[in-house]
Amino acid sequence: MQIKVRLFATLRNGRGKELLTELQENGTVRDIIALLEIPETEVAILLINGRDGTLDRPLLETDVVSIFPPVGGG
Amino acid sequence: MQSKFEGRYAKNSQMLSVDEVAHLHLKKVCVIGCGGLGGYIIEMLGRIGVGHLTVIDGDVFDVSNLNRQLLSTEYGIGISKAEAAGTRLKTINSEIKVTAHTVFVDEKNVNALIQGHDVIVDALDSIESRKWVAKACTELSIPFVHGAIAGWYGQVSTIFPGDNTLEKLYHAQCGKGDEVQLGNPSFTPALVASIQVSEVIKLLIDRGDVLRNQVMHIDLLCNEINVFDL
Repeated sequence: MQIKVRLFATLRNGRGKELLTELQENGTVRDIIALLEIPETEVAILLINGRDGTLDRPLLETDVVSIFPPVGGG
Repeated sequence: MQSKFEGRYAKNSQMLSVDEVAHLHLKKVCVIGCGGLGGYIIEMLGRIGVGHLTVIDGDVFDVSNLNRQLLSTEYGIGISKAEAAGTRLKTINSEIKVTAHTVFVDEKNVNALIQGHDVIVDALDSIESRKWVAKACTELSIPFVHGAIAGWYGQVSTIFPGDNTLEKLYHAQCGKGDEVQLGNPSFTPALVASIQVSEVIKLLIDRGDVLRNQVMHIDLLCNEINVFDL
């Protein structure tokens, strides 16, 4: 199945703003970040269909995943 | 309110009523961090006339602060950031009370430092210390206006006691964010600080919408400002 992934801020570098990732049935966000070579420490905000999500939730083909890196300065 | 600077707040009307301006003068706000975000936040809260400001920072100014920190000057390298904030506030609004603490917030001192305030404002530079403050804010039932910056990017969220917003904003266990690689320029802190101050004022006058259970994410490189539900 194909999952739409939206990337934000520095995660766009070398990957683009929005992409379709090919996942097996029951694939998760953890599979997506492995595929996109995004370290787990770079997943700060994680939204699935615009709501707070988890790395391990099995995804459906209609899901949209948004990933933001940590912003911590002040 | 009697004032030797009659008309000081004239340009705040009509967006704030006379009663609201008077109400702000009765409020007590604590800003934790007097660096990039904190310098602008303190300036704006002082000018709008929040009656009592507590400013906290254990750090001193360094040359590398000059690119963005409003309170830093070439003459003030090595001086306390909190003391500089207190001095600045006295020159821009002598009619408000100011308490400056030259101390770093930690798990042990945070409750005592923030107790008794109406709103706490996040101008910190570490994710761990934000979590200490958010926990204390829940324990003391005080709203917490979160802000953070990294290069072209920033985020703001308003956290009410008991909300687990920071857990949603920082899924990954990390002490710092992308600011370690990107640094911070002059303009991102000013923008994020402005939005935080707007949130503080709305909380204090109980009017308008705040970013509760939401995050405003700002990307100045791509000109994207989005509000996401959490």
